[in-house]
Amino acid sequence: MRNLKYTLLALLFAAPVTYAKTPASDNYALYCVQCHGLSGNGKGVNIRDMSVQPRDHTDAKAMAGRSDAEIFKVIKEGGLAIDKSVQMPPWGDVLSDAEITDLVAYLRTLCQCVYGASK
Amino acid sequence: MRALFRILSLLSIGVLAHAADGDAILRADCAQCHALSGSAAGTLEALRARKAPDLFYAGNKFRREWLGKWLQKPARLRPTGFIYLDYLKKGEKADIVDAASLTPHPALASAEANAVADALMKLRTHDDLIAKEKLEPGTISRAMGEMVFDKFSGCLACHLIEPEYGGVTGPELYTAGARLQAEYIASLIRAPHAWQPKTWMPNKHLSDANIVKIVRYLDTLAKENARAQP
Repeated sequence: MRNLKYTLLALLFAAPVTYAKTPASDNYALYCVQCHGLSGNGKGVNIRDMSVQPRDHTDAKAMAGRSDAEIFKVIKEGGLAIDKSVQMPPWGDVLSDAEITDLVAYLRTLCQCVYGASK
Repeated sequence: MRALFRILSLLSIGVLAHAADGDAILRADCAQCHALSGSAAGTLEALRARKAPDLFYAGNKFRREWLGKWLQKPARLRPTGFIYLDYLKKGEKADIVDAASLTPHPALASAEANAVADALMKLRTHDDLIAKEKLEPGTISRAMGEMVFDKFSGCLACHLIEPEYGGVTGPELYTAGARLQAEYIASLIRAPHAWQPKTWMPNKHLSDANIVKIVRYLDTLAKENARAQP
């Protein structure tokens, strides 16, 4: 009974944090679209002079080659964290871990793939 | 004698009527799009509702001389508009800016522009952040600066370093050295989210040394580029 009370209290305080999350599609639109494009195909408005082109998030084969943990890491810590381009910035200062987890799931809907295989 | 007094009175009223009141112009006109007080948008929703950059720290951000000139001849600084997402459309090869959707910034006459520039320089809500920056004067070659800016830091992805070279979702930077105070540039690179909690300018966690190099590089670019001086 006591545990239940604490659980209910914990849920009460945890709830606002959950609701404060910005939906992944909105975060993707503001932070990712500039390079990865309105269609998520890597054809963003910034790409003309880039030495390395941004990842095509609709490419099921390429995206299936990255684990969720790797994708989480590259969003949070930037391209250099997984030996990729410095042009991919770290977003850990503006996105919470929960929002990044949601973004990883959102990317899986764009590529229609899971790690190791396309759906 | 009375006639002379009347003429003098009329003259002084005329002068008063034409003496530009920068604060009044800010409140009546600029405030229609820019926030002049308050705090930066804390949520994405609040940020997306902003029509133009916040000005309550304009005095921490801009160079006075540049403001006075730019307000008379306001050339676009952000190729894709303020919040780029509002002005994009899909193109053949890549997304493009929907140029027709961009609205030009109003121009002011000389007296008004200078009065507004003076009024803007009084808006300094972020003296705290500026005070943290201690910059020594110095120079850097364009080649060395570009190495740090592009190859080491990736800033070129979103910023133009020439009128037609670089990314476009951030403000153009070949004019930044003339437009912005050096301490502001350093602080924005070091802690962009202290200025704007939800900005799409990322914190790349650059070293103090590289921040200084980029500040000097932007100064070099502005001195080399005639367009930097409005």
